[in-house]
Amino acid sequence: MIKDYFKLPWREIRRRKLRSVLTLIGIFIGIAAIVSLITLGQGLENAITQQFQSLGNDKLLIYAKGNPFNAGLSNGAITITEDDLEVVRDTPGVSIAAGMIYTTAGIEFNDNVRYAFVSGIPTDEEERKLVGESQSYHVMDGRFIEDGDKYKVVLGNEYSKEIFMGKIVETSDKVLINNQEFKVVGILEKIGSPPDDQSAMIPLEAYQEIFNSGNEIGLIIAQTEVGEDSSKIAKEVEKELREYRDVDEGEEDFTVETPEQLMESFSSILNIIQAVLIGITGISLLVGGVGIMNTMYTAVLQRTREIGIMKALGARNSHIMWLFLIESGLYGLGGGLLGIIVGIGFAKITEKLFEIAIGPSFLSIEIDISLILGTLIFSFIVGSLSGIAPAWQASKLKPVDSLRYE
Amino acid sequence: MKKKSDNQKSKNHKTKDNTIIELKDVWKTYKLGTLSLDVLRGINIKIKKGEFVAIVGPSGSGKSTLMNQVGVLDIPTKGQVLLDGHDISKYSESELAQIRGKKIGFIFQQFNLIQTLTALENVILPTIFQNVEEETRTKRAKKLLINVGLSDRMNHKPSELSGGQQQRVAISRALINDPEIILADEPTGNLDSSSGEQIMNELSELHSKEGKTIILVTHDNELIHYADRVIHVKDGQVLKEISKKKNV
Repeated sequence: MIKDYFKLPWREIRRRKLRSVLTLIGIFIGIAAIVSLITLGQGLENAITQQFQSLGNDKLLIYAKGNPFNAGLSNGAITITEDDLEVVRDTPGVSIAAGMIYTTAGIEFNDNVRYAFVSGIPTDEEERKLVGESQSYHVMDGRFIEDGDKYKVVLGNEYSKEIFMGKIVETSDKVLINNQEFKVVGILEKIGSPPDDQSAMIPLEAYQEIFNSGNEIGLIIAQTEVGEDSSKIAKEVEKELREYRDVDEGEEDFTVETPEQLMESFSSILNIIQAVLIGITGISLLVGGVGIMNTMYTAVLQRTREIGIMKALGARNSHIMWLFLIESGLYGLGGGLLGIIVGIGFAKITEKLFEIAIGPSFLSIEIDISLILGTLIFSFIVGSLSGIAPAWQASKLKPVDSLRYE
Repeated sequence: MKKKSDNQKSKNHKTKDNTIIELKDVWKTYKLGTLSLDVLRGINIKIKKGEFVAIVGPSGSGKSTLMNQVGVLDIPTKGQVLLDGHDISKYSESELAQIRGKKIGFIFQQFNLIQTLTALENVILPTIFQNVEEETRTKRAKKLLINVGLSDRMNHKPSELSGGQQQRVAISRALINDPEIILADEPTGNLDSSSGEQIMNELSELHSKEGKTIILVTHDNELIHYADRVIHVKDGQVLKEISKKKNV
């Protein structure tokens, strides 16, 4: 029986091709925008999750209270020092802890100055490894900072391009940072984000000296002992630091975070952005729905006589209502189908473009079946809802009047 | 309660004189702004089961409005229309639709086929609203189309059929739910004389062979010889009734 209720609307849609195509365009743009936004958003989240997973669950990040995105950036107001690092190191359950700090500074080479992030990192092998892991650095050319290094620098991938400094920077070249000469010992692999790829890494000792930052460090990275629950250790560290810094619980001027927590705060921000964007896109879907409504009102007018015929042949109001609702639903469904194809296509192209421009793993697009099914159902509902008023009007037509309609 | 008593009454009624449709003092008034127009003015008609009745009148006589009452497409302003003894004004719109679908087969001057459907699908259409099983209805529809000589035209759209063929599709469609009454409104109005004659012969056969009640609404005096009884309508009233045969 249901088949019959689809046959007539389907024939009608095919009969008036131009109108149907125009109606579909109205709805598919909205759907395509929503699908691509959701897919891209998920892709971004996937990529972030992967990055955090590579960091590992056994690490803790400790930094001065404030914006987690600037963790480790020296901000002058509240400071974390090497003394805090000692406290963290001494906390039971922590196997190693390392401190690092960064700031922006001019980097001079070939008479060009670039302002970029300069980080001070530990020279001790284990601590350096911990920092390197947490920041996903991989050396492309030369070597990383080593024990005993002082005025040595490891540069981001951008420095290996001629366009950045006017000349390719190579290992054993010299660069000036804050008027201090540093010897380049290594160039990193491309990370994917321009600030990282333009950054410079120098030994912590040299950093403290040239920036005159005393024993300040911006970020402490701690690794918990094997088998320990990192969130439990995080509580311990928090307690120890509270005692040392003499602050009450709830009034900490520092944050101890597990990568999981950090990831959660990232994704919650991402979700908010996504929700806002989808809300805006929803407006275009509304416009598409109005388009369907318009088409359906025209259809009711054009088929008034047919409605009369069907009523004479025994069609009840509900039968007529269903026929028109299904027709408008089919418009929604068709628009949804097109929108999904175009939306996912757009997301895939964006992924490729990012890969070419920035490098892999910035976006990781996956095709989500539940998103596809959900969108199809949603677009069918949008179509049907738009058709309610016209279908109602059609069903209420009097058979005598509609039969007379020319 | 009221319906039930009507029902009771009708049963007695039916056994007495076999009336299938009865119009009792039917008035239909159209209001156009402040103007009101009485299109039907106290019509009284009784049609018996198995009768072939022609309702004849010039245009503007009110016969189309009358047909709408007989076909339960509309409800009178005043008076009663009894179908099988039931007052149709007591029914909801949906119930009336159900009754039309089951009891009355319509044949229109304009054929009124659905343009997007094939001949076969058009014939099947009324069964969809009655929830008839697919296999049964397809078989029935094919048989009806074969009967009217359209076996090779079943999958053609109305636009690919001649007027006579379209009207034969419409007759098949009118018969698909096996109704007791066939209501034909100027069925030959859009046809050439030979196609028209063919259609009239088919209606006659439905009457004589299958015992269907045929109600023919026309302005064409040439057609009235097919009917047992002719009801002349003018100015919204029954002018005269002429019966050809005594026994029905």
